[in-house]
Amino acid sequence: MSSKEEIERMVNQWLRFVEELMRNEGLPIVPDEKTGDPIWVDVRDMRFKYLIPVKRIKKFFDGLREGKVYATKCPVKGIYYFPPQADCPACMDENVEWVEIKGEGELITFTKIFIKPFSFMHYPDYIVAIARMDEGFNILCWLSTDNPEEVKPGMRVKLVVKRREPEGFFSYYLEPSTPS
Amino acid sequence: MGHAAIVGIGHSRFGRAPDKQLHELAWQAIRQALQDAGVTQRDIQFLVVGNAGGWSSELLPAVVVGEYAGLTPVGSMRVEAACASGSAALRAAATAVESGKADIALAVGVEKMTESTTMQIVEMIGRAGSFFWEFEHFGLTFPGYYAMYATAYMHEYRAKEEDLAAVAVKNHYYASLNPYAHFQKQITIEDVMKSRYVAWPLKLYDCSPQTDGAAAVVVASEEMAKKLTDTPIWIRAQGVATGTANLSKRDNFLSLEPAVLAAEQAYKQVGIERSQSYKYFDVAEVHDCFTIAEIIAYEDLGFVERGQGYALAREGETYKGGRIPVNLDGGLKAKGHPIAATGVSMAVELTKQLRQQNPESRQADIKKGLAVAHNIGGTGHYAYVTIFSLNKDVRFT
Repeated sequence: MSSKEEIERMVNQWLRFVEELMRNEGLPIVPDEKTGDPIWVDVRDMRFKYLIPVKRIKKFFDGLREGKVYATKCPVKGIYYFPPQADCPACMDENVEWVEIKGEGELITFTKIFIKPFSFMHYPDYIVAIARMDEGFNILCWLSTDNPEEVKPGMRVKLVVKRREPEGFFSYYLEPSTPS
Repeated sequence: MGHAAIVGIGHSRFGRAPDKQLHELAWQAIRQALQDAGVTQRDIQFLVVGNAGGWSSELLPAVVVGEYAGLTPVGSMRVEAACASGSAALRAAATAVESGKADIALAVGVEKMTESTTMQIVEMIGRAGSFFWEFEHFGLTFPGYYAMYATAYMHEYRAKEEDLAAVAVKNHYYASLNPYAHFQKQITIEDVMKSRYVAWPLKLYDCSPQTDGAAAVVVASEEMAKKLTDTPIWIRAQGVATGTANLSKRDNFLSLEPAVLAAEQAYKQVGIERSQSYKYFDVAEVHDCFTIAEIIAYEDLGFVERGQGYALAREGETYKGGRIPVNLDGGLKAKGHPIAATGVSMAVELTKQLRQQNPESRQADIKKGLAVAHNIGGTGHYAYVTIFSLNKDVRFT
């Protein structure tokens, strides 16, 4: 499979080809790669970068920097929320408590992603897993392991905080528990 | 509430359509549906267009389709329920008719996926869940979500990858008999097993393709339907439920709970006993965006006991002549899955089945006059189960 850089190079090369064609022929129309049907290549670019407010769950991100993973918990109904949320729809209130997750659990299911989104192509093939934590709620995140062939539903796992490289932001991961 | 019936159907060819824009594709289906119903644009009182969009350039697809098809100024809206947008469009059109707000409504499902590259589609469709907590951090892909169901299912019931492959083989077989299908070739278990992993344990041939396509149905009130046709296909019952956005908020990965709930609602309206549900239907369409999804659908609809869905597939019990024929048009897997067109395509196919208009090789025996469609949006995010009937008032006790 091509690397992210190779794909970027191919896309840019193709865009230059379209620009040249538009200049020469007067139209950005190229033949479809399979059927040869004429295709107008959009002249406009649109780039999205979402700006996502995290004020009400900021404690979660502060926790990651300290190596802790927080959930929220409704003090009235005892319901855990993960991903953490600031509002409790069960008691209609927003007085949730922040609780550190103990970090032990059992793997429920997982997959290994081979065909990755473009924005993830710079990472090696990764395992996404869902574990049921001992508190009773589930966490979905990457599972990092040196022995991927040993990963099985039912295995004990623990939650750890690590920086995601190469970007360097804090994230949370599952790892197989070391047998005690 | 009144009754609503399908009185006209239209369907474009499914596949890559580099020769048509979104509205041109929709028109293929709309023209057929109007002609099949024997009505004109002037008779349509409400237009609903299902379109998930994002990968295609038009932001207001209902308006663009309405203009191109000569339907302006008919009242319209675009609906989104991810891969169940087509069933949502059908629901909105049927509800308009049942409530008496319209005598005749048109439901269209259209998707023009290949206006974007595969790379852009993978980037976008991985966000179909809980964007921040699943995609932004963990790069889930659409096959990845369903792969987690496959892992859990195979572990719990000792099913094998070959068992999943049996679904792909069946659906390619029927697609090869359907000129409207994306894939026209039969495949073998070995072909599936040799294909590359996309998201373990799912391989390329476990997945539905990226497809362009459109489907349309004309929905009419009882009074209008009786004027227009001798064989109205009644939208007898529909159940709808919604699952959590984030997969981790679910209790188990062996079943899509909203599909079970939607089926229960629909069955209750007709008096169908869940554990025997397959005995009531001549044919079914289920949402096989991935092979595992068809197997889980058998169980969620009550065609077979929990943990036995893969055996039903392996033993060929969902071919024509089996316990219950499923996806005799090739299903999403091989007919193709133009996201919002799929639900309407299911309605078109079951209408043809109940009218007995399909070629013998893929025409179910119609003895009971009842058919069921199971249309899922996202990974069990939206669920629509619809029962179509030759008999307006059918009810079991």
